[in-house]
Amino acid sequence: MRLGSPALPWLLLAPALAATVLLVLVPVGETFWLSLHDVILFRPRVRPFVGLGNYVAVLRDPLFWESLGHSVVWVVVAVSLQFGLGLCTALLLNRTFAWRAVARALVIVPWALPSVIIGLVWTWMLDFNLGLVNQLGVRWGLLEAPIAWLARPDTAMAAVILAVVWQGFPFFAVTLLAGLQAIPREHYEAAEIDGAGVVVSFWNVTLPGLAPVIATSLLLRMIWVSNSLDLILVMTGGGPGTSTHTLPLYAFLKAWSGANYGYGSALAVVLTVLLLAVVISYAVRAGREAKA
Amino acid sequence: MDESFLLLFFKKEALFPMKRLRLFLGTELPLAAILAFGLVPFIWMAVSSVRPDEELTQSPVRLIPGALTLVHHIELLRRTSFAANLRDSFVVAAGAVALGLLLSLPAAYAFSRFRFPGRRFLRVQFLVVNMFPVVLLVLPLFFVLRGLGLLDTYVALIMGHATFTLPFAIWLMTSYIDGIPADLDEAAMMDGATGVQVLRLVILPLVVPGMVAVGIYLFIASWNEYLFALMLAGRNVRTVTVALQMFIGENEIHWGLLTAGGTLVAMPAVVLFLFAQRHLVGGLTGGAVKG
Repeated sequence: MRLGSPALPWLLLAPALAATVLLVLVPVGETFWLSLHDVILFRPRVRPFVGLGNYVAVLRDPLFWESLGHSVVWVVVAVSLQFGLGLCTALLLNRTFAWRAVARALVIVPWALPSVIIGLVWTWMLDFNLGLVNQLGVRWGLLEAPIAWLARPDTAMAAVILAVVWQGFPFFAVTLLAGLQAIPREHYEAAEIDGAGVVVSFWNVTLPGLAPVIATSLLLRMIWVSNSLDLILVMTGGGPGTSTHTLPLYAFLKAWSGANYGYGSALAVVLTVLLLAVVISYAVRAGREAKA
Repeated sequence: MDESFLLLFFKKEALFPMKRLRLFLGTELPLAAILAFGLVPFIWMAVSSVRPDEELTQSPVRLIPGALTLVHHIELLRRTSFAANLRDSFVVAAGAVALGLLLSLPAAYAFSRFRFPGRRFLRVQFLVVNMFPVVLLVLPLFFVLRGLGLLDTYVALIMGHATFTLPFAIWLMTSYIDGIPADLDEAAMMDGATGVQVLRLVILPLVVPGMVAVGIYLFIASWNEYLFALMLAGRNVRTVTVALQMFIGENEIHWGLLTAGGTLVAMPAVVLFLFAQRHLVGGLTGGAVKG
């Protein structure tokens, strides 16, 4: 096959590469550069170089450590619940029943919605006076009195996690379902002949068959949830107080409302480095397990 | 020895209820509960948007609406800037689709049909780029666009949205072009067509379904986006997500207007998603399932 000039693929890739360099790599470099300076938004001409000063300040900042802790809770709890619920949904959708196609289409709805709408939906559901959760909770005797879910430091994090679980479990449901359908039926039949019950064949056939899909989807979701801040921004704005501050939200608030770009950039760089470390160690471990 | 032949001695009808009950309790009931969790909050918003104010502010809340009305939708479109916000969102999303297709189609063709040094690295690179937190990108983009005098314009948001949609758009498009038999290219090459002619005359007509799927992804991603729309625009160009968030932030929340706005904004995304989900999910899981 004659491929034409060897430069052709590069010409075809040039626009996408140029856009990536200009809109992603240059900004990332710029953020790193900004993080070494003291940049205040309303004082654009003066940008004293402070070296690692912003990073030293980050490590001494109690709110950074608090946000990091919240981020860990946010990611671990949200992704585990999304995964658990998504796996149950996928296993159920993999069975045969009359309205399966309808169920499979509808389960995806929360995933299609904009984060702002999801924030709106759950702010309305959790409203102190009129929210469905408090109304039904009190009516059915589950709650003694209505709870101001988003205004109390002890319940706000649980409330935003509930919203992000709602948003994300369909992603796991559809990806894991696709993975389940790729497992050859003969593997189950072989397990059955060997006398395996439902539980044993789940452990020995389903889980190993799903392992690559689980690894990839968990990684994608973990990155996404770690970086996402719009849902929290819409529902609580990081409050009450600092009780729902996560790292990306704190970086955003510092840069945006606080107009302190240098410090906000340093926080964003720290977040990226932490995330990279987690992703790389995860990928290395997944790779090693795949070989074993 | 298989005992299933014993089943022949039972009447089919007698066996049926037990099996039916097991299916109902073991599969249909739990799935219905999950679907309720997934759909009730959304339905509750949509239902709230068509109830009169008296019902919205009354406690205890009546679950079944007594009267239906479109006053909130009408007031939203007539008295607020929401119609203009819808237009802004639409223009930005349409621009994001055009730019995304223009960038991803040639790139995907190159990845699918050419073997060149650095191909693997570049394919992975496009996905790794997606890992950078949006906050990391949006802060410097703000400065870059301010320097170019593009802040608060359609162009700013269209470019901003390309940053995070491009990797998946290229990935999805590549899988579509991979599905077009290479024999067709080769036949055209034999007849003396150049690489660009093959792309235009052979690939382009056949990849229309792929372009529709990628286009829908680009549209939804742009339509739903909030943070770029907030930081890179917001005054002259205000998308619906930013406008809605501003309504939420107001001191006195008017739930009728808010739920009406939420329902209007959610509709295009939900309808397009239901329409295209098979293609999008296929592209998303293609890589994962193949390992």
